[in-house]
Amino acid sequence: MNWQLLPQFAITGLLNGGPIALIALGIVLIFKSSEIFNFAQGQMLLIGTMATWWFASPEGMGLPLPLAILAALGVSILLGLAIERFTLRPMTGQPLLSIILMTLALSQFLQGLTILIFGTVQRNFPVIFEVTNPYKITLPFQYNGNPIIVILKQNLVWSFIIAMVCVLVLWVFFQYTNTGLAMRATAEDHETAQSVGIRINRVFGISWAIAGIIANIGGILIATASGLDLSLPVVVLAAFPAVLLGGLESIPGAVVGGLVIGLAQGLVGLPNNDFFLGPEMAQAVRNSAEIVPYIILLVVLLFRPDGLFGQKRIERI
Amino acid sequence: MLKVNNIEVVYSDVILVLRGISLEVGDGQIVALLGANGAGKTTTLKAISGLLKREDGAITRGSIEFDGVRLDKLPPEEITRLGVSQVLEGRRLFQHLTTEENLRTGALVNGNRAETRRLLEQVYHYFPALKNLRHRTAGYLSGGEQQMVAIGRALMANPRLILMDEPSLGLAPLLVQNIFDIIRRINQESGVSILLVEQNANVALKTAEYAYVMETGRIVLDGPATELAQNADIKEFYLGLTQLGERKSYRDVKHYKRRKRWLG
Repeated sequence: MNWQLLPQFAITGLLNGGPIALIALGIVLIFKSSEIFNFAQGQMLLIGTMATWWFASPEGMGLPLPLAILAALGVSILLGLAIERFTLRPMTGQPLLSIILMTLALSQFLQGLTILIFGTVQRNFPVIFEVTNPYKITLPFQYNGNPIIVILKQNLVWSFIIAMVCVLVLWVFFQYTNTGLAMRATAEDHETAQSVGIRINRVFGISWAIAGIIANIGGILIATASGLDLSLPVVVLAAFPAVLLGGLESIPGAVVGGLVIGLAQGLVGLPNNDFFLGPEMAQAVRNSAEIVPYIILLVVLLFRPDGLFGQKRIERI
Repeated sequence: MLKVNNIEVVYSDVILVLRGISLEVGDGQIVALLGANGAGKTTTLKAISGLLKREDGAITRGSIEFDGVRLDKLPPEEITRLGVSQVLEGRRLFQHLTTEENLRTGALVNGNRAETRRLLEQVYHYFPALKNLRHRTAGYLSGGEQQMVAIGRALMANPRLILMDEPSLGLAPLLVQNIFDIIRRINQESGVSILLVEQNANVALKTAEYAYVMETGRIVLDGPATELAQNADIKEFYLGLTQLGERKSYRDVKHYKRRKRWLG
C-alpha cells in the first residue's frame, strides 16, 4: 500500500465534496420548506450553467464573466419562481408522491428544453481559475523519510471555498433574517405558519429561487472542473446520497454528507489497493466511484434511518 | 367588531357540520363558545380564521365580517394580517425553533425590529417564566409553558381579536386557573377582544362576559356569562351541579330524569 498518496487523494476528494455539498443543500432547502424531493435539481443546474456559458461566450452575448454570472443567476431565479408558480402551486393539496413524480417529469422536460435551446454540443466553459499553476502544499509529516506534498488544482481549492462561503451565507440568512425565520417556520408546519400570518406561497417561491441560485453556482463550479455538456446533471447522483446521508432536512447534514461522499469518491480512486485486494479487485474498486456513495448510504441508513443529522421527531407523551 | 352571520359549513361538499351559526364579539370583549366534543366549536373558529379551506371545508352560506371587511373569502394569512390572531388547539408550536423564535414568528406580519422588541417585552411581562426559557427548543417545553408561548405568539401580531381554541387542554387545574387569569389581564390591559372556545365551562363562564352554547352544529343558547352560569340546564349539563350547588352522583344522572329544555 502506498500511503504516500493517501493525503493527496483524501484532500482532493474532500475538496470535490464542496460543490456536491452545495448542490445537496439546494435539494435540502426545498425539502425543508415543502417536503418535496426535487429530482429536477440537476436540470436546474444544467440550465443555469448553460445560461452562464451563453451570456459569457462570444457565441452568445459575450458579456464579461461577472456580468454573465449575474445575468445567469437572474435566469435561474426566474426559472425557480416559474417552477414553483406554474407546476407546484397547481398541485397543492395533491398527494406528495404525485408532486415528487412531477419533479421527475420536470427534470426530463428541462433536459429536453436545454437540448432545444442550446443543442447537444459540448461547450467550452470560460476559464475562471488559473489552470497552469496548481498549489503545492508540503504537509508537516513524512513517510519513509520523504516529505508528503499535496498538489491541488486552483479551481478545486477555490470551488471548495466558494461553496463553503455560500453555505455559510445561507446559514446566516436562515438563522438571522425575518425571511429565514418565516422559511424555517413554514418548514415545520404549513397550517400553523399560515395561522401566524406567513404567506407560505411566497416562502415556497423564495425557496425555489434560492434553490435556483445554488444550483447555478454549483453548476458553474462543476463546469470549471469538468467542462459543460448535457451530462452535467449527473453530478446530482452524488448529491442525492449526500442529502439522504445527512438527513433530509438538515443543512449541516447536507454539508457533511457532501464532504463524506467527496472523500469516499476520492479514496476509492487510490491506485494501490492491489496489496490485499489483488489487481483485478483493486481495479474494480477504482472504477466504483459512482456507486460508492450509495454503498455508504446503505450502511449509514441501516444504523441511522433518519440520516446522520436528520430531525428527531419531538413527541410529547 | 366580529360578526358571524348565519354561516353554514360543509366538509368535502357533503358533510354539513355548522347549520346557521351567528355570533358577535364586541370591542374589548371576551366571548366564550361552549359545547361538548363534536359540537362544531373548532370548526366555527376555523371558519373565522380561514383555516377551514385547508381541510376541504367551505362556508356555503352566510358571511363573516371583521370591522366591515368580509373574512370568509380571504386566505388565512391575510385574515391574520387584518388583526385576527389565533391560538390553535393543542398549542401547535414550531417545535424545533426556540421559544423566542416562536414568538418572533408571530411578529413577522409587521417585521419592524423595534416593534418586535417592544412586543417581546410585553409578552415577557405577561409570562415572566418565558424569559428564562427563551433559548430553549419549544418542543421540549412543558404543556403549560407551550400554552404560554402559543398565547404569546398570538399577541406578537399586535392583534385586535384573538381566537383561542381550548387553552385549558391537557393542563393541570392550577395551571388552567393561571392561564385564564393571564387571559383576563391581557384583555383588560391591552383591550384585545377574545373569542374563547372551551370545554371547561366553569372557568370559561368566569372569564367571559358573554357566552354561546353550541350543540350539533347549532347555537342553542346564549347570554351574558353570569346569567348562563345560573341557568339550570347549563349547571346540570356543563357544570355538573344540582340546584343546591352540590356535586351529583352518577346514579342520579344515568336515569336521565331531567331533559334539556332546548332543542338540539
